Amino acid sequence: MLEALQYEFMRNALLAGLLAAVACGIVGVYVVVKKIVFISGGIAHASFGGIGLGYFLGINPITGALFFALASGLAIGGVTRKTRLPEDTAIGILWAMGMALGVIFIALTPGYAPDLMSYLFGNILTVPFSDILLMLVLDVVIIGIVVALYKEYLILSFDEEYGTAIGMPVEKLYLLMLAMISLTVVVLIRVVGMILVIALLTFPAAMARQFTYNMKKMMLLSVLFGFLFTFAGLWLSYVLRLPSGATIILLGGTTLTMSFGVSRLLLRNRARSHIS
Amino acid sequence: MSALEIVRLKDIRVNYGEITALENVNLSVFQHDFLGIIGPNGGGKSTLLKVLLGLVKPNSGFVSVFGKPPEQVRGQIGYVSQRLAFDRDFPASVWDVVIMGCYGRIGLFRRYNYEDRVATEKALEQVGMLEQQGQQIGRLSGGQQQRVFVARALVAQPKLLLLDEPTASIDPTMQTEFYELLGELKKSLTIVLVSHDIGAVSIYVDNIACLNRELYYHGSKEITPEILEATYKCPVQLIAHGTVPHRVLKEH
Repeated sequence: MLEALQYEFMRNALLAGLLAAVACGIVGVYVVVKKIVFISGGIAHASFGGIGLGYFLGINPITGALFFALASGLAIGGVTRKTRLPEDTAIGILWAMGMALGVIFIALTPGYAPDLMSYLFGNILTVPFSDILLMLVLDVVIIGIVVALYKEYLILSFDEEYGTAIGMPVEKLYLLMLAMISLTVVVLIRVVGMILVIALLTFPAAMARQFTYNMKKMMLLSVLFGFLFTFAGLWLSYVLRLPSGATIILLGGTTLTMSFGVSRLLLRNRARSHIS
Repeated sequence: MSALEIVRLKDIRVNYGEITALENVNLSVFQHDFLGIIGPNGGGKSTLLKVLLGLVKPNSGFVSVFGKPPEQVRGQIGYVSQRLAFDRDFPASVWDVVIMGCYGRIGLFRRYNYEDRVATEKALEQVGMLEQQGQQIGRLSGGQQQRVFVARALVAQPKLLLLDEPTASIDPTMQTEFYELLGELKKSLTIVLVSHDIGAVSIYVDNIACLNRELYYHGSKEITPEILEATYKCPVQLIAHGTVPHRVLKEH
């Protein structure tokens, strides 16, 4: 691994992994405790429309994805609060229409769409420095929001109705949370690709949850796990010459599943020692 | 004795689209009252509490709480919502939940300060949950959780406490304990409790009102079979209290 670090793309990859871990670690905690994993999935897939638009207009596809992700996040939130359309229906519509738009835009773009696969499945090894800067800015925005609104988001995640009753602007805060998820999705697209984004939004947070019931500690642990997954996955993919995004996710998923098993065993042993 | 009027509702009417949730509701609650409002599910009980909190604007009628529109006095109203089935693994301790009640006092963006922490400790002490402050909220029993939610309502030192079906999911022994706690609290504040459980409520409250879209209120604990029937639209068992509480069955 050390000899790999002499390459600039490897250093960029690690930097991108770290930035991604910060975003997905923090926001993933909200996604997991508020059970909005599939809203996040919808946002991620809808952003493919933006990637297609980026190719079509000849601009950076990530910029297109940023706008599509924000628009679809706010649309899912707004539509389900203001109308009777069930949330999962709204998610389904945006998910599919975003993907379809992306396919149409790419078909309309003359010539071949270079590194399209890296947007779909991620390629942390090809992250350009400009995207790292963008990820850094998005991370700062996300941390700023969470620091400023930590107490509000704890109330919102725990008991929305109570939040309304004590006069908290619940709807606006929820829309801002969805916007934050959209930003995170964009940060993660470069690392694991839009199809696999929900993995990084859920695995580290779900893993962290087994070790603490303090939300701040859960966020810190989740950032740490996110980084460990990307770092170890990247190394493994380098050694085994496998695609990096998919390796990161399989490693994270396997670790998480095993840790569920271990914590169940620990619980059972604790219960047994209580009885005896 | 002329007690201070805390809540006043006059000719309240609330419609949800085509459906009328409340109509002709008139109610006065005085200082240190413990009012129980009973009625069937869907009878408008939660709506009435939301009117008192200023969350639902009546289509017509007049609301005042402490002589003002309710949204101006939210800081003085403590609210215990219907116990929802939240995730047992939710990452929050008892302390985290109780201190949420300080939100009304400090508002958006600000952090909880020393004063908030003192108030939280006091509220936990009041409901007898100080020792459990570090435990995860989801690991407590239903009765203990309900105490924590009362503490959360008390932390902002409200003068009026509103409770929505507080005992719906706790077992009978815990219920008794819970009502005893409310009896203690009654000395320093005014309580309005809403429930569909006639039996439990009637032993502890001072006054009872029956609500099924319209409010039947006589300013005392005596409920007649006629009122109950009007409320529930069917014959209802009536419980009378002597030295030993016993159940009187109305002839069918």
